[in-house]
Amino acid sequence: MSAPALDPVRTPSDEVAVSPTGRGGKQTRTTPARFDTALGWSDRPGLGMALRVLLCVIALAIFAAPFLTIIAGAFSKNPSGSSLSFLPHHPTLLNIRVAGERGIWDYFTNSLVIAGGGLLLQLAVSVLAAYALARHRFRGQALVLTLFMLTMMLPEEVIAIPLSLVLGHVPVVGLDLKGTVWAVILPLGAWGFSVMLLTEFMKDIPTEIEEAARIDGVGELRMLWQVVLPLCKPALGVAGVLGFIMIWDQYLLPLIAAKDPTDYTVTVALSVLRTDPEVGSGVVLAGAVIALVPSLVVYLLLQRSLVTGIAAGATKG
Amino acid sequence: MTATVTAPARRRGPSKKAVLPWLFLAPGLLLAVVFKFLPMGKGIWLSFFKVRPFLGDKWVGLDNYTRVLSDHRFQDAIGHTLVLGVGISLGAILVGFLLALLLEGQARSLKIMRTAVFLPVVTATAVVGELWRLMYYPTSDGLVNSALGFLGIGPVPFLDNPDTALWATMVMGIWMAAPYNMVIILAGLAGVDRSLYEAAAMDGVSLWQRLRYITLPAIRPALGVVLTLAAIRGLRVFTEVYVLTGGGPAGSTDVWMTRAYTLGFSRNDLGGASAASVVLLCVTLLLTVTVNYFRKRGDVR
Repeated sequence: MSAPALDPVRTPSDEVAVSPTGRGGKQTRTTPARFDTALGWSDRPGLGMALRVLLCVIALAIFAAPFLTIIAGAFSKNPSGSSLSFLPHHPTLLNIRVAGERGIWDYFTNSLVIAGGGLLLQLAVSVLAAYALARHRFRGQALVLTLFMLTMMLPEEVIAIPLSLVLGHVPVVGLDLKGTVWAVILPLGAWGFSVMLLTEFMKDIPTEIEEAARIDGVGELRMLWQVVLPLCKPALGVAGVLGFIMIWDQYLLPLIAAKDPTDYTVTVALSVLRTDPEVGSGVVLAGAVIALVPSLVVYLLLQRSLVTGIAAGATKG
Repeated sequence: MTATVTAPARRRGPSKKAVLPWLFLAPGLLLAVVFKFLPMGKGIWLSFFKVRPFLGDKWVGLDNYTRVLSDHRFQDAIGHTLVLGVGISLGAILVGFLLALLLEGQARSLKIMRTAVFLPVVTATAVVGELWRLMYYPTSDGLVNSALGFLGIGPVPFLDNPDTALWATMVMGIWMAAPYNMVIILAGLAGVDRSLYEAAAMDGVSLWQRLRYITLPAIRPALGVVLTLAAIRGLRVFTEVYVLTGGGPAGSTDVWMTRAYTLGFSRNDLGGASAASVVLLCVTLLLTVTVNYFRKRGDVR
């Protein structure tokens, strides 16, 4: 495609951290940049560069621009069809206000409580389980690991119907969780993925640190809290951001856990807004933007952890 | 706590050391048992019963299974599930691969591009559904239709026409999944030995040969993972379809799980819905085990 001339030496990549082999970065230091990418893109102005910029613009238009249009639509007076554009027509906050009158902030609060509580529970449960799995040897370890892996293969969709029965009448204690945030928070507690992730990470912590602390007479809980956990911060970041996005994306679980529509999360409530004949698409878009903001904030703040997490989780396989 | 009971008893009863790990595992195991495995067991159990509130459940054997599997709407749903699952998986891998090739590199502008292109993945499916419903606006001033208008193609009623609704859903699915695959494939590309490219350039091979013989083999492990994840996820596609079309129009986008959901929650046929879920669960587990088997065998060789 492009016939690039030799390019000046590039700086070594920091992307290499996510490479499955962990190698390949250092040796590119002296390699001309045309060998940095599979297609041999050149960063000199020229035909190849122009083509790349054009393709990038198309990719942005397809994958990112739609977000601008919903934000524009949410702040437009009467958005429908052609009035969807990148900038709001007749900018107004009316849509947000109407969405507020329809209870969008209550739904949003539900979502925040569930996301916060669910994430906290999930991280606590995973840290405890991972500590046992990574730092202790005990009989039945393989079985426990398999059980946690199975929780990943048992998606909400498949167990939705019996789960809704269980939520209405929890065995042994006999509580009716439906209509409370616990009905969403508790089922999210055991997530195999973050258990696996943290277990793998904790295994790599050198035992010397632990042994030194043990000689000083540190107990198990303090060991976990003060010695192991601070070393796990990167893994906790990955588990946290992936967990948040997974919880915020929940649809079926909040739907079956609700007693009536006021228990919905903001993402589920969008369908309530849509079927409301008295509100226009601008109000639905306003709701969509409100539901979008927290995941955007988390992603932009922690995207580095997220991307490494996905790459690591996948290539380890 | 039942978990502690199963701790191994060493010589003089369960020692403190043997009990300890189980104390740490207890919260996770308890939650997994109550909210995952118990419902699974209950689902399997219910699938053999005609569930009648207040009257007591009646054992019907495999009736629910034969009923579900011979229902033509479920048979259609199998077809749609396969079309969507395969279409979204392959489409998202192809698009993800192209995106990865385009956005590979260390420049700061490329990193910003990748951040922007990744947005569909972090956005909740329900939000994506609302977004696409507006983009698919059926009149000529809808976003996609006005883009098609530039190409001289008339307005398409994407979601209102049974012939196009499934494809429209597939495009949205690809859009949501492709950037995720891009990240995984990029990680694979980062591991390609750069000296191979250099050597290939000296031998004067074409760009196509370079992709075919260096890049593709190098990212094959990453592709394998992507494909597996996608296939398993494809089978249980629910939210995408539910928020975009709800299975309509005229059942043309009904997939296995939306069908089961309708059966269970709208028609109150809990037995039939459970049977449908168990079938899906078995297929998912079978697929996972098969794939893992082949992957392990591939590793050994």
